[in-house]
Amino acid sequence: MWFAMDIKKTRRVSKSVGIALLTGMFGVQLAHAGKWLPLNKDGLHDRRSPGLELLQSPQDALGSLPTDTAGNKVNWSRAMDERLIKPRGALAGDKKVQILDLNIVMTDTAGHPNVLFPHKVHTQWLDCANCHESLFKSKTGATPVTMGSILRGEHCGVCHGAVAFPLTECRRCHLLPQEG
Amino acid sequence: MQDTNHRTILRLLPVVVLLLVASAAVRAEFGDIVLNNVSEQEGMRPVIFQHWFHRIRFQCRVCHNELKFEMRVGATQVTMDQISQGRFCGACHNGEIAWTVENCDLCHTGKPGLTTRIQGGHQTKGPGIW
Ligand code: HEC
Ligand code: HEC
Ligand code: HEC
Ligand code: HEC
Ligand code: HEC
Ligand code: HEC
Repeated sequence: MWFAMDIKKTRRVSKSVGIALLTGMFGVQLAHAGKWLPLNKDGLHDRRSPGLELLQSPQDALGSLPTDTAGNKVNWSRAMDERLIKPRGALAGDKKVQILDLNIVMTDTAGHPNVLFPHKVHTQWLDCANCHESLFKSKTGATPVTMGSILRGEHCGVCHGAVAFPLTECRRCHLLPQEG
Repeated sequence: MQDTNHRTILRLLPVVVLLLVASAAVRAEFGDIVLNNVSEQEGMRPVIFQHWFHRIRFQCRVCHNELKFEMRVGATQVTMDQISQGRFCGACHNGEIAWTVENCDLCHTGKPGLTTRIQGGHQTKGPGIW
């Protein structure tokens, strides 16, 4: 049984797991490296649908934005920072949105680089209420976040892997090297 | 402690592998959503909603706070009546912010038989994610 393995062996196994992961990710990135598919090839849109030709293609909308290797193949944070896109924060009027510039370091990472959670990037898109108090407590370390819960689509995984950059991008979250 | 950590990684492995396989197989654009709770049974093509198109124009908070769309596909009960009354998609597709609900064919563009779910990414929360 795997949980009866001695520590050394477990370490070795998890190292090869790491390598396998990296290879897998490389494959995924290759698969995503091509251009965006036209809508009539995306497997969702009905080619016979009369409205289809009026819709914008992803290539047309996303082609000029800063590129990325995963997800929409757009670096949305950069697109926002460089003001290449200016998504509105309210339906009407100039309601002031609340931006919070506060980084949270999350250290329960089993020897992986620590996680840096930037409030700033998130509050440029989201309200506090999208995360607090339903997904996260407003107290560092108070929410039991694990990679398992994230992969199940909870916590960070509500958005990442669905709409925000996917979970294969380990290093974007696990950003801070640990000493030792 | 150290070995429990490595066990965690091992326990995560199948999930991660599935994640990689799933993300490699997908053809729809990341974040695309099929809404077909009622459309097809009422004789219309399923609705395709594209995050990439809308997030160029609106921040998440507009739809997921102001307009009360849940962050879980299928959880918001949307009907054509509500849309015509200016709720959900109809808050914008009203001839002022975007074109009107009369353009049935621009929203109801999905292939028959698609089920309500997120397509370009994984489904969030609850069992049966994969
Ligand atoms: C916050 C405002 C807003 C909401 C809510 C909204 N839309 Fe839109 N939508 C827009 C705008 C703005 C456009 C661009 C209109 C234009 O090009 O004139 C658009 C365009 C579209 C398009 C055409 C995309 C293309 O390729 O041209 C589709 C399809 C669409 N919306 C579907 C939906 C559906 C389905 C919903 C509800 C689930 C919805 N929208 C909710 C603002 C919104
Ligand atoms: C995308 C999700 C998200 C959004 C949006 C968000 N937060 Fe947070 N917030 C977090 C996470 C994650 C933590 C860390 C929680 C933990 O470690 O248990 C946190 C922690 C905090 C803390 C605790 C800091 C400390 O020193 O202990 C405060 C205060 C806070 N957030 C306030 C806010 C406010 C105010 C807003 C809106 C302007 C906001 N947050 C928006 C995810 C978010
Ligand atoms: C969206 C951000 C994000 C991404 C992407 C991400 N992680 Fe994590 N990871 C976290 C957070 C947050 C924690 C919990 C940290 C805490 O609670 O202090 C975590 C914890 C972990 C842990 C600790 C053990 C556990 O189960 O919690 C491991 C191991 C881990 N991640 C590996 C990975 C690997 C491998 C990848 C890439 C396949 C990855 N992570 C991608 C955010 C992320
Ligand atoms: C409610 C949705 C949501 C949740 C929950 C969420 N994020 Fe994000 N996150 C976003 C969006 C949207 C972006 C913008 C980039 C994108 O869409 O790819 C982003 C961007 C980021 C970035 C990139 C910053 C940059 O400079 O590009 C990091 C790092 C990140 N998130 C980490 C986390 C971690 C860690 C958690 C959990 C503790 C988390 N996020 C939870 C929505 C979310
Ligand atoms: C124009 C409106 C609109 C905007 C803007 C928007 N969304 Fe959504 N989103 C929707 C709709 C509609 C659904 C489907 C809701 C339902 O079926 O209940 C959805 C569903 C989701 C889901 C659930 C996915 C799942 O797996 O079940 C997530 C996560 C999400 N959105 C995140 C985001 C993030 C992050 C942003 C900002 C980068 C964003 N959305 C911007 C309309 C929007
Ligand atoms: C802005 C996008 C949009 C437009 C335009 C639109 N619909 Fe819908 N429609 C929806 C959504 C979203 C649903 C709910 C999807 C689901 O879960 O099946 C829906 C559902 C329906 C349903 C299912 C039953 C009901 O009453 O909810 C019918 C029938 C329907 N639409 C007909 C039409 C017709 C006819 C038109 C043109 C006059 C139209 N729709 C235009 C988005 C749209």
